[in-house]
Amino acid sequence: MTEIFWLIPFIPALSTLILAVFGQKLPKKYVSFQACFAVFASFVISVISLIGLLQAGHEHSTIVKNLFSWIHAGSFKADLSLQLDPLSAVMALVVTGVGFLIHVYSVGYMAEDKGYTRYFTYMNLFTFAMLVLVMASNIVLMFVGWEGVGLCSYLLIGFWFEKHSAANAGKKAFIVNRIGDAAFLLGIFFIFIHIGSGEFRAINEAIGGGEITQSLATLIAILLFVGAVGKSAQIPLYVWLPDAMEGPTPVSALIHAATMVTAGVYMVSRMNILFTFSISAGHIVAVVGAVTAVFAATMALTQNDIKRVLAYSTISQIGYMFIGCGVGAYAAGMFHLYTHAFFKSLLFLAAGSVMHALSGELNMQKMGGLRKYLPLTYPTFLIGAIAIAGIPFLSGFFSKDAILTSAFASGQYFVWGLGIFGAVLTAFYMFRLIFLTFYGKERLEPEAKKHLHESPPVMTIPLVLLAFFSVIAGYVGLPVVFGKKLDFFGRFLEPVIEHAHEVHLTLGTEWMLILISVAVAVTGIYIAWVFYIKNPQTPHNLVARFPGLYKLLYNKYYVDEIYNTLFVNSTIKGSEVVYDHFDLKVIDGAVNGSASATNFFGKVLSYIQTGLIKDYALIFLLGAILLLGYLLF
Amino acid sequence: MIPLSYFLILSIILFVLGAIGFFIKRDLITQFMTVEIMLNAANLAFITFAKSAGSLDGQVIVFFIITVAAAEAAVGLAIILLVYRQKKTIKSEDIKLMKG
Amino acid sequence: MAHILFFLLAIICIGSVLGMIISKDQAYNALFLIVAFACMGGLFALLDAPFIAAVQIIIYAGAIMILFIFVVMMINLRTGIGPEKKKWTLYFAFLVAGVLIIELVLTLKGALKPISSASMDKIGSPTDLGRLLFTKYLYPFEITSILIIAALVGAIVLVKKRDKE
Repeated sequence: MTEIFWLIPFIPALSTLILAVFGQKLPKKYVSFQACFAVFASFVISVISLIGLLQAGHEHSTIVKNLFSWIHAGSFKADLSLQLDPLSAVMALVVTGVGFLIHVYSVGYMAEDKGYTRYFTYMNLFTFAMLVLVMASNIVLMFVGWEGVGLCSYLLIGFWFEKHSAANAGKKAFIVNRIGDAAFLLGIFFIFIHIGSGEFRAINEAIGGGEITQSLATLIAILLFVGAVGKSAQIPLYVWLPDAMEGPTPVSALIHAATMVTAGVYMVSRMNILFTFSISAGHIVAVVGAVTAVFAATMALTQNDIKRVLAYSTISQIGYMFIGCGVGAYAAGMFHLYTHAFFKSLLFLAAGSVMHALSGELNMQKMGGLRKYLPLTYPTFLIGAIAIAGIPFLSGFFSKDAILTSAFASGQYFVWGLGIFGAVLTAFYMFRLIFLTFYGKERLEPEAKKHLHESPPVMTIPLVLLAFFSVIAGYVGLPVVFGKKLDFFGRFLEPVIEHAHEVHLTLGTEWMLILISVAVAVTGIYIAWVFYIKNPQTPHNLVARFPGLYKLLYNKYYVDEIYNTLFVNSTIKGSEVVYDHFDLKVIDGAVNGSASATNFFGKVLSYIQTGLIKDYALIFLLGAILLLGYLLF
Repeated sequence: MIPLSYFLILSIILFVLGAIGFFIKRDLITQFMTVEIMLNAANLAFITFAKSAGSLDGQVIVFFIITVAAAEAAVGLAIILLVYRQKKTIKSEDIKLMKG
Repeated sequence: MAHILFFLLAIICIGSVLGMIISKDQAYNALFLIVAFACMGGLFALLDAPFIAAVQIIIYAGAIMILFIFVVMMINLRTGIGPEKKKWTLYFAFLVAGVLIIELVLTLKGALKPISSASMDKIGSPTDLGRLLFTKYLYPFEITSILIIAALVGAIVLVKKRDKE
């Protein structure tokens, strides 16, 4: 059952190739069919491989297939080799499953766009790169996938490249990512120097065997984590993600919610033995995650662009995943990744549906009262919001609770506190979004109101499916209070993720923590209700009382401006200086100079050509004399 | 017998005289004649070395040189005639078409 | 005996070449050259190459110089063209000549093997030369004949008066 797992990345790759070469000549219907079918086929194979893994049991849980011997340079080896184990199987399922639904949704969303084939080419390319990332068995191939998804992110963010803001956003995403990637590469170099191999099994063995010191492990872990910070949009490299909303909404759903931005979490989980071994690295991961979670949530409170709220929400939720990984509960972090994929992509797609209904409007201040017009979008959106807020019985509750419980249990109360505060904020801003969009007075533009319509089934069916999963996905990982046996998810991941800390909390404490989580979620929703339904003047009053604070939050703490002044402008100025002094003078000077030197020599030499035979004969003779002289001496 | 170095010195003198003559003279025909002198000086050297090495190959080469010189003289003189027809002069300094 | 003959021939040769260089009239130049070629033929005979000597006189002094004289007559310049007036070219030519002499003399050091007695018997008779020509040097021989044809055709074609002019 598991022998064909290596096909999973290559079916979308083949589809990409066909679309890239022939795409312009193929009919649109066929393009849609092929693109979606490629991802669906990968999904089916992922399911089959998963079943095979489940049957194989714990001892045979890691299957590696070396497809191609890629780099062999002395002792440096990196092969095209894929690995099937519980962790990569989970990720492959998420990527292909959610990816498939988003591809189907895109058929409807991008139907009018003239870059239709290009879009699907890039989407399939992204799927291929992401699958390579999650199924790689060595860190170099994973980096190839890492870069590949970065590239596709750039291509897809700047999909409508004629718009300046979109092109700039794509550029920003790529460059900020690069900073993280530089650190990641350094981490890879250190791994190769001290461990000698990039294969994950070899790395884990080396760490387990005590071959590297604490400080070295910490260094490598921090470098790799900086890479993850860039890719997963944590502090300080998160600035690209809100701008990335310039891309089409399905792109935001797939890349910037469900899959690419979670690659950092995947990487940390894959290297869990390293991060557990280096205690300080774990602390740093958790703290960065927690601070980001709260920081981003505060910025989401004031945004009026519906997609930007969701973007900051994503940054915040990934912070939670890193909290989970940082405190040692990698399974909890991965669990949240898995549930978040469902409800966040649902939220994005539903937001896309709202925008589609309103002919492209994304300012929430210009929405309101939409719930009677969008009978399918509204309930699915609501389900997504409830899930992310952490209300019991939906998936978000189980995963978020797992993380917060682990944080408390490992004694990191500061992290836990930030997590709880973040939960309040999460619930608040999500329901602020719901109330502003679907309830209250209608503040629609008249043009938009005229064309108001529910989305076609090709868009709403994925929404319904995602909503369904947002509800039930959590049940594979029930909290420990209900008994350890029911944590299927955690037990499934055990071969890959060692349960380093066996946490023992009393049953009472556990129930208490659950109650606190629920309480804060409900509090957040209540405050949002007060602000926007019961007493709609409250936001205005608050802004009037704390104008400075509001401005700070609304302008995202001026972080973009600070970065611009500190880094961007100085780099631009620096390159202009270099251009003037080096590029123009030295390089152009050298090229032009050699041309004029040749010219000059040509003129000088032309004096020899007098046209008289005697002079030519003289030169012959002189040449003969010189030759003779040379031969003599 | 006669020391062969004498012949070689004679050959050198003839060659150098031919070279000087080429640069001194200004009309094409005489310049051509000086070239023939140089060829002959080379022929003398060849025969001398043929005698010194005891093989007849040097003489065969001279045979060929004489033949080729004859052909060259025929064609060269034809060209000089043509030049005279065009330019009405055989002064070599008046023929400067290839300048530059 | 041979020495006297050699010096005689050598002096006449050099003398006529000098005369050729100094003289301004082209016809005189041609005649001086004929004398020089005849002396060369004699020198060849002294060097045990009778066939080559004969060929030299027949072809060089005979055919080639006749060609030259024909052309001189056709061009028919009444006044002779004197040698170079500009002095610096003369000096430069002598300088180059001096260098050339020195170089060539230096080349000769050790270039000659002492004459072995066996070579004394080798005389360049037509039989031996013919044998060499038709075995070892067959290709050059044939190609030279093609060359002569080419020269022949070329000379005629070049000098033909164009009808349309």
